[in-house]
Amino acid sequence: QNHGYRTLSLSGHVGFGSLPEQLVKKSIKQGFCFNILCIGETGIGKSALINSLFNTNFDDPVSTHFLPRVQLRAQTYELQESNVLLKLTVVNTVGFGDQINREDSYQPIVDYIDAQFEAYLQEELKINRSLFIYHDTRIHVCIYFISPTGHSLKTLDLLTMKSLDSKVNIIPIIGKADGISKTELQNFKNKIMSELVSNGVQIYQFPTDDETFAEMNTIMNGCLPFAVVGSTKEVKIGNKVVRARQYPWGIVQVENENHCDFVKLRKMLICTNMEDLREQTHARHYELYRRCRLEEMGFRDTGPENKPVSLQEAYEAKRHELYLELQRKEEKMRQQFVQRVKEKETILKEAEQQIQSRFEHHMLMHQEVKQKLEKKKKILENEIALFIEKKANAELLQSQASISTPVVGLKRDKDRK
Amino acid sequence: CQLFGYVGIEAVLDQMKVKTMKMGFEFNIMVVGQSGLGKSTMVNTLFKSKVSRKASQPGQDERIPKTVQLHSITHVIEEKGVKMKLTVTDTPGFGDQINNENCWDPIIKYINEQYERYLREEVLITRKRKIPDTRVHGCVYFVPPTGHCGGYPGVLGALSWDGGGVGRLEAMVPHLPQIQEDLKAHAISLYPQQDFDQDPEDRALNDRIREKIPFAVVGADQEHQVNGKRVLGRKTKWGIIEVENPAHCEFPLLRDLLIRSHLQDLKDITHNVHYESYRVRRLSES
Repeated sequence: QNHGYRTLSLSGHVGFGSLPEQLVKKSIKQGFCFNILCIGETGIGKSALINSLFNTNFDDPVSTHFLPRVQLRAQTYELQESNVLLKLTVVNTVGFGDQINREDSYQPIVDYIDAQFEAYLQEELKINRSLFIYHDTRIHVCIYFISPTGHSLKTLDLLTMKSLDSKVNIIPIIGKADGISKTELQNFKNKIMSELVSNGVQIYQFPTDDETFAEMNTIMNGCLPFAVVGSTKEVKIGNKVVRARQYPWGIVQVENENHCDFVKLRKMLICTNMEDLREQTHARHYELYRRCRLEEMGFRDTGPENKPVSLQEAYEAKRHELYLELQRKEEKMRQQFVQRVKEKETILKEAEQQIQSRFEHHMLMHQEVKQKLEKKKKILENEIALFIEKKANAELLQSQASISTPVVGLKRDKDRK
Repeated sequence: CQLFGYVGIEAVLDQMKVKTMKMGFEFNIMVVGQSGLGKSTMVNTLFKSKVSRKASQPGQDERIPKTVQLHSITHVIEEKGVKMKLTVTDTPGFGDQINNENCWDPIIKYINEQYERYLREEVLITRKRKIPDTRVHGCVYFVPPTGHCGGYPGVLGALSWDGGGVGRLEAMVPHLPQIQEDLKAHAISLYPQQDFDQDPEDRALNDRIREKIPFAVVGADQEHQVNGKRVLGRKTKWGIIEVENPAHCEFPLLRDLLIRSHLQDLKDITHNVHYESYRVRRLSES
């Protein structure tokens, strides 16, 4: 950056030595963003580790072993230490390694990471954008939990890490490391590292170019993968209360460097290299994603004759493409709408017909019933007429008979009755 | 969430400091004003080094150019381990002609050219890790000490409206209230803009600055003895004007604003506001 420019010497105090402070002051006002992705099998201690790392108790429900698919669950927390505000997002892989067929275990993870890059890219490409207030969700570090088998990496581990190593900074750690003895541990670590190297997996290297941190980072690079123990419980030891796991044979203290590498992890992750992790994510992984994506979308830096394509042309082409896409969608929607209307009309017509036929049916029934009733009415009327006739005849006979003998009449009465 | 113990999150501040010190800073400043107002001397006084060559040095083949020409010089200066790449753009010929209509056009063209350069780098598919920043972060406009000069509000107006690129002013004149009125009447927005005050603390600090604008300054690059101390000043027959004495002139205010307190802010507003509005315009053009 400073090639070819004369260096001037200052004859007095100017005052721009305060520039880093000005920058820091701005950053404090804006706050920091840090996004961690934890990949590991259910029950390997992801939540316990995060709780221990940030010395707090995040609300994280325990997950079951019976999920059919790997899901990613992200939760954001706001932490404050002195005057630094940190927006921490922890993404957990739920159900990783639980399925019988684990072929697709890592695809959801890759998709998630890409989705965050995509969201940032979309914001960056907008015409009216506000990048400085954008909530950055890109994953800055991926902590990969290796099972403490003591032997070697699983195929799933290798495949997953290989598919992620060009997209995110990977820090491998051995989870629940209190189950491995000291001698086994070093062999295990060596085995893991040599497997990673022989499979070409690029894990995150702590930077060694700046003299302030170079020495420490170099040593730490040699301690990878960190063997960690996490705990959400506290135990009283002496007169202090510390995070620990209590066993019948002893107490494993999380923050004791002789017991596990937890302190190393916290130092590297937070105290020393948080900024570098963020920068690598932005300058390397994101740029790679962006380049591939833009090329995919058809953008080029140089046109067909190797001449630089002007900004105007590129955006014109893109705009045209989008316009065509919009038209297509509109047409599709219109057709769908017409289709739906037709369908609805048919249904309504059918319903109408049904009602019509039922109406006719009812009318018929009504007619039938009416006819039946008419018949009955006629029959009854006939009977009534007959009865009246009979009655009239009987009355006539009676009146004739009552003029003769009353006894006979009585008899006749009886007969009649 | 409540932290139950020390984690070390605040160490990120140190990490940032180390990173920025390694990267170094860029700062681009432009000085606008008629010749003879002391622009070069002022820049040299600000940065305590021979950043600009003075036009009035004898033996130099410097004649007032017929049109406004922009002239950039870049130097690297270092203080307390902080490296700064300083670019000073001078505007000889500005306001010096008989007819000064549109003398601000080359300036605006230059400012927009820098935005264009940055934009082109930003939209490349394979882009540089650190895009070189040549955008003008601050423009110091020198108002002549006569209290008014032909059409300067017009110039400032043009500068602050176009490209939204400029609008920062500190100047050299005793007729403060008149100028402040003029500026208000022409709706010229100067740095620090009220809209960008982030919180009450900011506002209070910036209000104090806004009251004093334009600053009345004196530049000098020679040291003299005053009361047993060596100070930068101009020796006159009636006394020595101490440049860094707030009782004598407002140079310290200018220096503090420009360098000690608001340098990063100037860069941020250039990047987040002025550059973005240029970008919006440019991309909406097609």
